[in-house]
Amino acid sequence: MNRFNAYLIGVGGQGIGMLSEAMMRAADHAGHVVHGCDTHGLAQRGGTVVSFLRLGSDCSSPMFGRGQADLVVALERHEALRGTLDFLRPGGTLVYYDAVWQPLPVRLQEKTAVTPAELETACRGLGIRAIRVFVDGLTDARMQNVAVLATLAREKVLPGLELPHYEAALADLMTGKTLEKNLALLREAR
Amino acid sequence: MKGLGDMLLSQDAGSEIMIGNTALVRAMVESGTQVVTAYPGSPTPEIATAIAAIPLDKRPFYFEFSTNEKVALEVALGASVNGHASCVFFKSVGLNVAADTFVQLSLLELVGGMVVILGDDPGANSSQNEQDNRHLARLAYVPVLEPADPIQAYAMYLEALRLSRERRKPVILRMTTHVCHAKMRVPFAAYRPEPHDRSPRFDPANGPYIPLTSRVFPLKAKALANIEWFRSYAEKCPFNRLLDHGNRRRGIIVAGLPLRSLEDVLLDSADKPDVLALGMPYPLPSGLVGDFLSSHAEVKILEELDDFVEQQVKAIAYERRIDVVLKGKSDIDDWIGEYGPDKVAEVLRKVWPDLLPPAQARPQVPVTVSARPPQLCPGCGHRTAFYAVRKAISDAEITLADVGCHTLGFLPPYNVGQMFLDMGASVPTGSGLALFNKTRPVIAFLGDSTLFHAGLPGIINAVFNKHNLTLIVMENGTTAMTGHQDHAGSGQNFNGETPAVRIDSVLEAIGVTPRRVDAYAVGKLTALVREAIGQEGFKVIIASHPCMLKATRDARRKGDRVEKMVRVDQEKCSRARECISRFACPTFQFGEDGSIDTHSDLCIGDGSCLQTCPAHAITPPRAK
Repeated sequence: MNRFNAYLIGVGGQGIGMLSEAMMRAADHAGHVVHGCDTHGLAQRGGTVVSFLRLGSDCSSPMFGRGQADLVVALERHEALRGTLDFLRPGGTLVYYDAVWQPLPVRLQEKTAVTPAELETACRGLGIRAIRVFVDGLTDARMQNVAVLATLAREKVLPGLELPHYEAALADLMTGKTLEKNLALLREAR
Repeated sequence: MKGLGDMLLSQDAGSEIMIGNTALVRAMVESGTQVVTAYPGSPTPEIATAIAAIPLDKRPFYFEFSTNEKVALEVALGASVNGHASCVFFKSVGLNVAADTFVQLSLLELVGGMVVILGDDPGANSSQNEQDNRHLARLAYVPVLEPADPIQAYAMYLEALRLSRERRKPVILRMTTHVCHAKMRVPFAAYRPEPHDRSPRFDPANGPYIPLTSRVFPLKAKALANIEWFRSYAEKCPFNRLLDHGNRRRGIIVAGLPLRSLEDVLLDSADKPDVLALGMPYPLPSGLVGDFLSSHAEVKILEELDDFVEQQVKAIAYERRIDVVLKGKSDIDDWIGEYGPDKVAEVLRKVWPDLLPPAQARPQVPVTVSARPPQLCPGCGHRTAFYAVRKAISDAEITLADVGCHTLGFLPPYNVGQMFLDMGASVPTGSGLALFNKTRPVIAFLGDSTLFHAGLPGIINAVFNKHNLTLIVMENGTTAMTGHQDHAGSGQNFNGETPAVRIDSVLEAIGVTPRRVDAYAVGKLTALVREAIGQEGFKVIIASHPCMLKATRDARRKGDRVEKMVRVDQEKCSRARECISRFACPTFQFGEDGSIDTHSDLCIGDGSCLQTCPAHAITPPRAK
């Protein structure tokens, strides 16, 4: 079937919407039929925010079912585990930025924080290829997103997508100095 | 793409990746819509985001955020009877607010035409219920078009306005959350700007516009005749389509987004049922539906939320004496939640277990992850307010939340707001809770946008009938939860500066003198709340602080923001955990050794936390 499902997950405020838009436009530039949808509304206030992205002609719905993602892209460690457990198919790929934003129940000591070992256990149990992204000193979450995009380009995680497609996507979404800065980051982080 | 506004005004035909809400705006432009009104509410506010991308001097129509949905509908109505094509949009429960006017619409001659865009929310993604507004459409004799995706949303808006102008009657375009927010490449037609007659053309002769007593009956007869006209139209409506898979045994009737879920799910089916896809769920074409029923042995009505289409289909089968096995809702679960692909597969397996391959078992892994409820942003004035209120009250008080970001106060550790219903309900419900009540002080909360929307009648009632409760107005200067739309107190509207309606002046005119305090002033607010709940009568405190998410974003956009943060001085920290357990700003996080510090991604350096630390271990904000 001509279908590739990506599930993006992060915390409200991390910029999942922008990341999703960039990935979708990159896929469009690469010639894929694209579908998707984002979370808006209440969850954007610090809750879990997700986005569905689908490439290929065998897709009708903007969403897909649990356990149907070929790829999970996460911007935070807890959300990386959540996305993997809920949506990643066994044998799929996880790309995650290893930021940690502890959820409320963890901060209230009702639940424990997700450890790297737990994430590894889940990935091993499901046969997941996990790619960790972390750049020391990147305090701006928007730059973390570009680091993730660079990894997606370098590892050719999305079928048929090359660096120029991602560059064209960023050029669709920003102009001037912002664009220059992000393009530099995209190429540098490679 | 360069520039959303340019794309929306492009005179050339083309295509662009966009969400359903944006596709609607392109259709508004092309169709010559002249007046658009709204009140913000998910899933519709991004319609206004797209409108805002068109500069005011180039915008081919007038747009306003009105003070509530009823007002928005009435402004659109006035424009329509004056000859201007109009459109109003709001969320699902917004129709309840607008209902008093909405139910009259179909009785009137809307000479300019009017499209009512409803953002229903199956799955209650951002709403207090899942109400199915097709019932209200039928109650008010208003036809409904329902797109399955952004391409259809664009096309159906054009058709809805065309029909509405021709019939001089309202047409509903019923969007649902993931049609509003679905993204795809949407092809659009050329745009030919035309001069529009903007002279006032209201003429009572187009009416009558006075539906009173016996004058109601001819108007009602016309509304009903209009529905019968639409029933005939539905027979050939291009949005009602048969997907013929050559299956005479099984058929499925479906409408809206569930059609796309169904198409996905059926990719895995070896024996695809025929599908009757309804773009118009009300009124139903009895010929088209009847033929579909007659030509299949079994028909499943696959329907999100209520059994609205199902009841109409059953009536058609009965009236036409069609011999078909009809399969409607199987159980209560079928009435609940959004019909994404998983849900559609689950619903179909209940009626035809052999239709789809069995769901594959998934390896179990022995790890879990904590839930992540939404929460107030770093620096939010509501946080300091709830922290202060918590200090002033015990567990005896009854606290009532209203709609807005402050609703999140019900979550731990604040647990303030034990009841929440709808816009403006906190004060009147609190008034009722205060009757006969001598022992449990009642405290109601209300945001500033909600105060203007539906809060004032309850406040006036509390004064008028001498109710005994405390109102805390949670003022942040904007409509924050839905994306920072201006309100009557903001000092500007969608189109520019406007005199701010001062809440203090309004309250004083009503006869109550509010006590105003910066929401960051915890000690002062705590004292005011203690004082207020100890007094008889209706007391109002305004706990005010600008929305810090908006302030931070605005400053970043202007380029004059210095990124700052506070830190925890580990030498001074006594591990009292006040910052993390009771103040609970998300920036305070545990280190691996159990120490607490702030998070550089999250802290905005507002410093509202400094006052909470008993050991004075939080350092003043410094540049990151």
